[in-house]
Parts: sequence; C-alpha cells; structure tokens
Amino acid sequence: MKHSLVLGSLVLALMSGSAMADTSGKKIALSNNYAGNSWRQAMLQSWDKVTKPAVESGVVAAADAFTTAENQATEQAAQIQNLILQGYDAIVINAASPTAINGAVKEACDAGIIVVSFDGIVTEPCAWRIAVDFAGMGKSEIDYLKEALPNGGKLLEIRGLAGVFVDDEISKGIHAGVAENPQFEIVGSVHGDWAQDVAQKAVAGILPSLPADIVAVVTQGGDGYGAAQAFAAAGRPTPTIIMGNRQDELAWWKEQKDANGYKTMSVSIAPGVSTLAFWVAQQILDGKEVPKDLIVPFLRIDQETLEANLASTPVGGVANVEYSQEDAIKVIEGK
Amino acid sequence: MKLLTAERIRLLVPSMSLAVLLVAVFWLQPRTMSYTGLNLLFNLAVPIALATVAQMLIMMVNDLDLSMGTFVSFVACVTATWVQTDPLIGFAILAACIGVYALIGALIYLRNLPSIVVTLGMSFVWGGLAVLLLPAPGGVAPDWIRAIMTVKPPFAPMAIVASIGIALVAHWLVMRSSLGVVLRGVGGNERTVERAGWSVLRARATAYALAGFFAVLAGMCLVGLTTSADANIALRYTLLSIAGVILGGGEFVGGRVSPIGAVIGALTLTLAASLLSFLKISPDWQIGAQGAILIIVLAVRLLLNRSEARGTGQ
Repeated sequence: MKHSLVLGSLVLALMSGSAMADTSGKKIALSNNYAGNSWRQAMLQSWDKVTKPAVESGVVAAADAFTTAENQATEQAAQIQNLILQGYDAIVINAASPTAINGAVKEACDAGIIVVSFDGIVTEPCAWRIAVDFAGMGKSEIDYLKEALPNGGKLLEIRGLAGVFVDDEISKGIHAGVAENPQFEIVGSVHGDWAQDVAQKAVAGILPSLPADIVAVVTQGGDGYGAAQAFAAAGRPTPTIIMGNRQDELAWWKEQKDANGYKTMSVSIAPGVSTLAFWVAQQILDGKEVPKDLIVPFLRIDQETLEANLASTPVGGVANVEYSQEDAIKVIEGK
Repeated sequence: MKLLTAERIRLLVPSMSLAVLLVAVFWLQPRTMSYTGLNLLFNLAVPIALATVAQMLIMMVNDLDLSMGTFVSFVACVTATWVQTDPLIGFAILAACIGVYALIGALIYLRNLPSIVVTLGMSFVWGGLAVLLLPAPGGVAPDWIRAIMTVKPPFAPMAIVASIGIALVAHWLVMRSSLGVVLRGVGGNERTVERAGWSVLRARATAYALAGFFAVLAGMCLVGLTTSADANIALRYTLLSIAGVILGGGEFVGGRVSPIGAVIGALTLTLAASLLSFLKISPDWQIGAQGAILIIVLAVRLLLNRSEARGTGQ
C-alpha cells in the first residue's frame, strides 16, 4: 500500500515536471453528513470551487466530497471507514455527531490518516477541530452595540431553535456581553428558529408587551429581516437590528441605508469554512505543526462592506467567503 | 439426504448476492482484501446483524418491531453512561429493558393489538428516555466492551468471527432448539401450537424477550465500536433490520425465517453501501441505488421460489 502511494506521488511529480509542495501525491476526502439546506449547499460549492484548482495545479492529488444520504452517525462512521479503505491521506469531516463517529475517527488515525473536523466537530483527541466560537459571536454583537449606542438601552433577543447547542452558545455569549455592559438590558426574548417567517411571527407576538424604547435587536442569523417586518407592521420605529448575513437581510439593510442612513452590522459563519478545513488538512500533510484546536473567524459585514457582500451573495443564499492557503496559515498561527 | 432443502434454497440467494458484492468490492478496492480491510468493511455490520436477528425473532411470530432503532439507541446511551459508571445499575436497566420487551410481547397477544402500533408508540418512549439520559451526545464506552470490539483474533478479523458466531447461535436457537420450533410454530399456525398444549402467551413473550436480548447486544456492540453514544445513534436500524431479514430470505408472515440468512442480509446491506461509495455514486442516487440492489435480490428470489414451486408441482 505504501509502495503504491510513493510510486503514485513519484509519477505525479514526474508528470508535472516542476517543484511542488510535498502534498502533491496526497488525497484528501470530505466526509459530510448533510446537504439539505442552503448553508450546506454553499459549503459544498465552496469546497468544489477551491479544491478543483488545487487539484489541477497539483497541490494535492485529489479532493473528493462525500455526503451521507441520511444524516445518521452510523452511516457516516461506515462512510469514514470506506474512505480509510480507499486510501485517502486526510479526511475532512463535518460530523453528524460530536461523539458517535469517534470509533471510526480513531480507526482512521490508527491507519495514519489525518482527520480534520470542522463546524460539526468530533471529540476524539487524535482529530483536529476547527470550531466555531458561537459564544464569541454572540458577544461580538454586544461589542458592536456598545460602540454604536454608547447610551445603552433596552434590547430584544431573538434566539434560534430551542434545545440546539448553537442556540445555547450564541445566547450565552449575548448574555455575557450584557452582563459586562449594564447600560444594556434584555427586556424580551423569543425563539425565531433561524427562519424569517418564524421570527416575524414571534416578534409580532411579543411586541405589544414590550416598552416603546427598544434600541436594538440581538439575533442569531436568519431572523433579522423577519424582525424588521414585525416592527414595521406594528408601526414602531425600527431599532438597530443585528443581521445574520442572509441575502434578504442584507438587501433590506441596503434599502434602509440608502433611504435613511440606517446603521447596523451583520455576523455569521461563512459556509466556506470547509475550504479552511481543506487547507488546514493540506498544511498538516505538508508537515506543519498545527494545534489540535483552531477557531474559525466569523464573517462580519459592516456599513462599509455591505455593498460588496450583497453583490456577491446569491438571492436566497448566505454571504460567503472562501479561504486561501495563506488564510489557513494565518489561522494556524493564531493571527 | 436431499441436497437442496427448502432451507438451503432460502439461503442460496442471500449468500450469492453477498458473494457477488464482495467480489465487486475486492475488484474495485483491493485494499479491502486484507485483515484490516475486511474488519473496516464489516465491523459496523456486527451491531446491525444483531439488530437484524432481533427483528427476525419478532417477525418469526408474525409481528414487526418499529422501535428497533430507538431501542438500540437507548441501549447505547445506557451502555455509555450507567454500564460504564455503575455496572450494577446499568445491567439492571438493561435487564429491565428485556423484561419490558417480554411484557410488550404479552400485551400485544393478550389485547390482540397490532404490533406495528404498539412498537411505534414504544419507539417514542425509548427515544424520549434516550434524550433524557443523554441530552447532548457523549458518554464513554466501558473499556471491556471497547476491548471486545477491537480484539484482533488470529486468522480472521473480529467482524467476520463475530458475524459467524451470531449466525451460528441464532441458527441453533431458532432452527435446532425445541424452543425455536415452538416459536416458529406460533408464527406458522398459532392455533395448532395452542392445541398442542403450548402456551402461546409464554411463547410470544419469550420471542420478544429474546429479541430484546439481541437488541441489547446490538446497542452494546455499537457503543464498543463508536466509543460513545448519541440519542439518535441507531435510528437507521429499524429499516435496516427489516430489510436485512427480508434480504436474508425471511418473510413477513408464517414463521418463515432464516437466522443465517438474516446475518448475511445485514452484511449484504452494509456491503452494498460500501460498494456504492467505492463506485463514487453521488449521494443523491445512493438511496435509490441501495433500493435497486434490494429489488434485484428480491426479484431473483421470487424467480427462484417460482421455479422451486414448479419443480415440486411436477
């Protein structure tokens, strides 16, 4: 097995006939558990967009994406074991469960395969993790409001889907930020399920019971446009609503900005994080020392960068950014 | 002795489909033709095989267990939590689970309830209990289970040894023991068994308890492989186990089951998924392709059954 690998890389190196990175003979696979929403679709497209040129230019030998059909941990475990058998040198995983595929991940590590998990990370110690600091994302919203609204005021919080880890983390971050900045006070909290229609109904329902001087709405993404609609329908002045990088949110923001100079910010995780994981795997294969736990930077959109991001976001999609090898090196070095 | 008994013909199609798939996989991916390769190919089939045998025991008495997946998930959660921290309580819970299975079997018979409805209801109970026990994925597999599931026996990998072992034990239990004869009789003709002086109630409760026992083993093995649990870890097992029984030559009614076939069916299903993955078929098509494999195997079986019937008719 080893011989054929060495031979393969030799042949590849001869074919291209030029000096290249040490990873030119290495094969990287993406094991993805789910592809059923726009974020995941964008994630897979980003993977394709970045890895194709990387394969063509010989940075790596292959970068194939595999998605399980049923979003089940046992299915993904079997998929990972198949990838081991297919002789991949690194497996990049967006996991169905943080723990239930640990056995398969361990098998991969024991076979000498580099495992990098991202977004849906795995807890198996031998794997690398590119985690999302959701609490930090929630806190960054309050940090923005602190600057934008120095006098503080009353906040409405829109949460995500109840009982999901991500919702808990973002909310924790928001509350930690409010605790540090007593000029702010959360006077109401509703679940918007990360969906505009649910958020609109939830906000419309709670608005009559809220004081008139709400200065801002803290959100989790996918709910800002619905909140704005609810405020408008109730005939209330629009507060500063934090957006979540969805196209409809950005379009609404742009409209308001042009009409009356409306100011806010927008933050979420870019689906292109899959490409960051790809480059991290490539860097590890290249022999770089990489810490086991890395944090994904957020994709933040501000007043100045709104137009550029809106232009590049497809209708119904999410603002995205693909990472380059240099970006990955920066993340690895903690810059 | 007749060379081609009904039992052997029943086994012929599943064995051949497994062999065909295995050859195809070996050809596509020669790496699988090794000790480690075979183990990686089949180790996740071991809990599926156990769940399939459990499902087969229920189907043997003409019932269907739609709670198999959630029950195995629940057992996995218990194994990764209680069995690991307080083995005594853990095993007590698992024993109680088997008791609950026996009770369900008795209840279905006494009240003449459709098993599909009762087990569907139970699937929510097991699912709820699993979430209560492990609200977030976690837990740790007990070291001894982990050791059993990663053992490296000489000659053949664990997955193969375990599969053969499960097949032989189930075969002896169902086809060779006197208990098995009565249980199959209940599926074949309940009234006759009753008139012969056997307690159908006891037989059904026993069948369910045995099924619960094999499902508990499935959950424990699964945790041994994955190292930790998740409340949704084995949801696929409900349909996989039913498909495995049918693929292995079993039938929905009449007590016509084949334990060795059921294990082969479970292995075949696992192998079919690997084959599709090695072929690099797009995931959008994989479920369809898996279904196609099922239909082809069943069609071949139907054809064989017909020719068999014609053969005996002459």
